[in-house]
Amino acid sequence: MSTLRRGWRALAWYVTGVLGESDYERYVAHLRRVHPGASVPTVREYWRDRYASQDADPGARCC
Amino acid sequence: MRSPEHVELVRNDPDLPPVAVIDRRPMTTGKKLIFAAIGLVAAIAWALVAFVRGESVNGAYFVVAAVGTYVIAYRFYARLIEYKVVRPRDDRATPAEEHENGRDFAPTDRRVLFGHHFAAIAGAGPLVGPVLAAQMGYLPGTLWIIIGAVLAGCVQDYLVLWLSTRRRGRSLGQMIRDEMGTIGGAAGLIGVFVIMIIILAVLALVVVNALAESPWGVFSVGMTIPIALFMGVYLRYLRPGRVSEVSVIGVVLLVLAIVAGGWVADTPWGAETFTLEPVTVAWLIVGYGFLASVLPVWLLLAPRDYLSTFMKVGTIVLLAVGVIIAQPAVQAPAVSSFAIEGNGPAFAGSLFPFLFITIACGALSGFHALISSGTSPKLVQKESQLRLIGYGGMLTESFVAIMALVTAISIDQHLYFTMNAPGTLTGGEPGSAADYVNGLGLAGPPVTGEEIQAAADSVGEESIISRTGGAPTLAFGMSQILGSFLGGASLQAFWYHFAIMFEALFILTTVDAGTRVARFMLSDTLGNLGGPLKKFRDPSWRVGAWICSVVVCGLWGAILLMGVTDPLGGINTLFPLFGIANQLLAAMALALVTVVVVKKGYLRWAWIPAVPLLWDLAVTMTASFQKIFSPEPSLGYWAQHNAFREARAAGETSFGTAADPAAMDAVIRNTFLQGTLSIVFALLVLIVALVALWVCVKAVRAGGLPTTEEPDTKSATFAPSGLVSTDVEKEVAAQWATYYDENPDQLRTGTHA
Repeated sequence: MSTLRRGWRALAWYVTGVLGESDYERYVAHLRRVHPGASVPTVREYWRDRYASQDADPGARCC
Repeated sequence: MRSPEHVELVRNDPDLPPVAVIDRRPMTTGKKLIFAAIGLVAAIAWALVAFVRGESVNGAYFVVAAVGTYVIAYRFYARLIEYKVVRPRDDRATPAEEHENGRDFAPTDRRVLFGHHFAAIAGAGPLVGPVLAAQMGYLPGTLWIIIGAVLAGCVQDYLVLWLSTRRRGRSLGQMIRDEMGTIGGAAGLIGVFVIMIIILAVLALVVVNALAESPWGVFSVGMTIPIALFMGVYLRYLRPGRVSEVSVIGVVLLVLAIVAGGWVADTPWGAETFTLEPVTVAWLIVGYGFLASVLPVWLLLAPRDYLSTFMKVGTIVLLAVGVIIAQPAVQAPAVSSFAIEGNGPAFAGSLFPFLFITIACGALSGFHALISSGTSPKLVQKESQLRLIGYGGMLTESFVAIMALVTAISIDQHLYFTMNAPGTLTGGEPGSAADYVNGLGLAGPPVTGEEIQAAADSVGEESIISRTGGAPTLAFGMSQILGSFLGGASLQAFWYHFAIMFEALFILTTVDAGTRVARFMLSDTLGNLGGPLKKFRDPSWRVGAWICSVVVCGLWGAILLMGVTDPLGGINTLFPLFGIANQLLAAMALALVTVVVVKKGYLRWAWIPAVPLLWDLAVTMTASFQKIFSPEPSLGYWAQHNAFREARAAGETSFGTAADPAAMDAVIRNTFLQGTLSIVFALLVLIVALVALWVCVKAVRAGGLPTTEEPDTKSATFAPSGLVSTDVEKEVAAQWATYYDENPDQLRTGTHA
């Protein structure tokens, strides 16, 4: 059972990593470490900002 | 900790655990035996592929030969490049560590980054090119996909990634300007833009050919837009940040849309509403590209990208499992007569250079250089991981191309040419198509018109005749392979439209992202001209965004419509231009790499990027030369142009495959444009190549020149290099874990696991 759970968690870690879902936690951790005083955005604010910066600088996709 | 012999632990700070492991331990006997065994198995599979003739060639041999070669190349050739050219220094901080901001610069686990990078480089290209190249038989395509990837494509991706990582993640165009001066830089910038336009047009043409006259396809692919909009709204207002959740919902809806497409296409109103002419589909795609370019990213582009990533990985795994389980028998000859005589119906031209043009993605794709510079370098934790990301990522794409090839060569040869010859040759009717393919002298029993119609019925399509562009052929092959063990004949139509759906999804994702990127390149360039145009530099200026979007969509849309209405068959004339464009971009990237390697004084190893560069220049320049100067009208754009002009001047009202004066004018116009583009491409690359040569000569004379590499910054983190950590790496990682436990304020993201 614990192997199953570990496998599931590894899969979830991988999928959320590749899709970028865990980027919010990464950003918050970064803020806490480097700028301890800074206000931490909510999930909603973070994703709004992120899409706004993607609007201004899109990444290419390949053929 | 005492390190084993031949292992050096590098510390930047005596108070911190080591930041790098330099492992020069020789291979153990066990490992040597394993690699010897892999090499032997691959050699046997190669021998079976290359020398066994007749109907006994099994599709699974190709997979074994490919994977075995990849393992050996990754272990030995990529390692050689690493030792001699890249010389990674893990005590040096990567841009991700040095400029970490938690957003675009963020150290990312190497396995996650591999998935990320692969999702960005893989698209429809490696699925389409090999299918078209199958007209030359299976052997040339197989050799080029595997050897080309190992010696050229992976080398390009790896080394461009390396250059950009040492330059704070700068883009390809910027690096060309920095290392080769303004002339080379300007040629590079224009080249990238023009190439982008042609790639968008040809990919869109592939979608048009897959969706025209197919109500099922139009409905299910059309449904991806409302599904993406729904996902976008869901992510913005309902549950922000739940990306995987919404992706799973999206994929379920997507499968439903495919099933529903079958029902809709069966109803009279559905068939009437969604059966569209090619020109209509083309206009819809142009309109879609425009919308995607001006709508906010969160609404359409980002959710489509999530769907695309999911479908990409899912279908590639499905196809691999399918080929290994079904083990389809190969129907194509090893080398067909078209390869030698150069008169193939899918595309004109002989094996050299046109095979190497047709299979671009999957063996050597210049477009990857745009991806390898920019995003991935800002995420990598350690320089030694670049081999896994760059070289390994491209090997995976090559594997996808091999599976696409296996799928195409396992289709009945008569059906393959029925699908891939232009309508002017097949006549568009089952009877005439059967007569045409039976006259080609193919192996196997002749086909009848009824059999062609039955094949179309089996996949739920009105017709499979002259469905050029590769996507329908691949979908047909996939439906046979998957249908043979999943659901049988009853699910074949579903699998066909599943394959059409994911190809269209990939391509439309490239089209919308590409249109947006091209729009930004255009507004940047205009803004840099100065004066009143300065305003274009502001990305939030909506009018500027609209103007640039219209221009970009207009450019690729015009080429797309030209291809759709081309009396000579659009894919036949445009696909070579796409391949040449992509390979020319590769030539620019490899020229840049060669220049830097020479400047750094690694003369002895300059052949590593120079050999693929010279090969690529030989291929693209020969192809461009033939496209411009060949007196053969089916091959040379200008020969065709002049033949039609003379006929028109002589007052003829029909000529060749053009039935009326308007069609003749279309040919005259199209060939003029194609011929002009060929000349522009060739000139741009010649400029870049000559500048590269000049800089190399200067560097050799000076005994090396400074490069624009960023100065060293000391690293203060650790991460393993390869896919699997070694024993020493595990031990060092454990030391860091202890250190972070004692100093939790120092814990950095991306350093766990």
